[in-house]
Amino acid sequence: MGVMLPMTDARAAIEAVFQQEHGRVLAGLIAHFTGDFDLAEDALQDACVQALSAWRKDGVPSNPAAWLTTTAKRRAIDRLRKGGVHASTTVILDEALPAPEYDEPDAVDMMDDDADQAIPDERLKLIFTCCHPALTLEAQVALTLRTLGGLSTDAIARAFLVPVPTMAQRLARARNKIRDARIPYTVPPASQWVERLTGVLTVIYLIFNEGYSGRGDDAPAHDALCDEAIRLCRALVALLPNDVDSAEARGLLALLLLNDSRRTARVAAGRLVLLEHQDRSRWNQAQIDEGTTLLHEALSREAVGMYQLQAAISALHAEASKAADTDWAQIAALYGALAAMTGSPVVQVNRAVAVAMAHGAAAGLGLLLELDDAMADYFPYHAARADLLRRAGEREAAADAYARAVTLCQTALERAYLLSRLRELE
Amino acid sequence: MKYMFLIYGSPDNVQTPEVMQQWFAFDAEARAYAGYNGGEALHPVQAATTVRTSAGQAIVTDGPFAETKEVLGGYYLMDCPDLDEALVWARKLNAIDGSTLEVRPIVVF
Repeated sequence: MGVMLPMTDARAAIEAVFQQEHGRVLAGLIAHFTGDFDLAEDALQDACVQALSAWRKDGVPSNPAAWLTTTAKRRAIDRLRKGGVHASTTVILDEALPAPEYDEPDAVDMMDDDADQAIPDERLKLIFTCCHPALTLEAQVALTLRTLGGLSTDAIARAFLVPVPTMAQRLARARNKIRDARIPYTVPPASQWVERLTGVLTVIYLIFNEGYSGRGDDAPAHDALCDEAIRLCRALVALLPNDVDSAEARGLLALLLLNDSRRTARVAAGRLVLLEHQDRSRWNQAQIDEGTTLLHEALSREAVGMYQLQAAISALHAEASKAADTDWAQIAALYGALAAMTGSPVVQVNRAVAVAMAHGAAAGLGLLLELDDAMADYFPYHAARADLLRRAGEREAAADAYARAVTLCQTALERAYLLSRLRELE
Repeated sequence: MKYMFLIYGSPDNVQTPEVMQQWFAFDAEARAYAGYNGGEALHPVQAATTVRTSAGQAIVTDGPFAETKEVLGGYYLMDCPDLDEALVWARKLNAIDGSTLEVRPIVVF
């Protein structure tokens, strides 16, 4: 106390608190102000501005989340008192913090550590609201990152390669729809539980994949997405009852951790490094252990779903101490199950590659050829075909397939990889 | 919050006696709901007349506002506590004959 913190330290402290606590504080505020997103967000913004100067002067409080919550509640009441608010929200004034406490300037400083317990964790409601199917998937993703993750609009725009005003508008539209169509701030009833939870998992998975696959273009922005997806999934798993219905949530967390364990090893000098060439000593063993434990927990529920199957595949890769030890037959079988479940073209292509590794390039190529028509414009299909043709020694056909893949691929990382392969053949 | 349930279906959709029974059953259920605010079926689009502005003039033409495969066939207006409850009604309507439901909140001035 009494020691003036340098501005940068105060900022770093606030950012750390934001990452850890933004979702929980905001969810609590929205619950307190009966579903008013705008008011809660504006008030939290105000509280953060206030925190910047207050924490610089007095140091970071022992319970920053409680500090932010109390301060934001006051700022919200300030905003409501200043008027210009909807009739529905003014009603809350009577139930909100009593005026004497509001006028007491030192109230915040008097809060003790136990205040944390007074903030119920409302994040599950917020997750379900942000991932409501009445919002577009793009909006669900943006809103989840903004409100639960506390990522700035700028950061989200950067990660998704859209102009900041476009992202700001997307967020504003989503908030307006929540307000105008009255999307509820609740955990869905049992009859909709599975469908709605599936929607939430899709959003988290999309966030992770956007971070994981786009990483070559703007690494820090994309790393933030991977971290955020894992943080969100972790919170979700902690908030869900540990029963059959949550097996897929655990499966997804396992999948994200197992894939993320290879995040740094899969890119070197701006180039994508394929699994078989990765330096396995750079894999994050703690993440692999946690992911594997979670996967076994999920599988014991005997409610297998697509995330658990993908996590099982990822775990088999993680288990192999060198590429040659990979249990490709088992992986091919898991892709077979996954293909039957999802019918997704990505899975079909991956399955063919696994079959090629287990039973020879010709067997894999045979599976790919069965898919041909549907895949004309699908880059991973051509990349996989090129790879298998190269392994089978058909250089010319392989070069053609690589060239086709180059014209279809989406990211700089993929393009660099394909071009290097193409050059090897020429 | 009042919601308008706009029922869009193909004009070729045959309303069999069985389907009509379902409409009547739904209507009875809707009228028994505390939030019921009315609902009607519309005559086919062949009976529609459109008024639109063209070169500053109000022009009256035969036919619906837009030629589409799915046309507005009727509506309900119900007061529901939130979108999730409104969507329960929309799903019931959709289940009758596969019509597409557009759910729009009503503006309060």
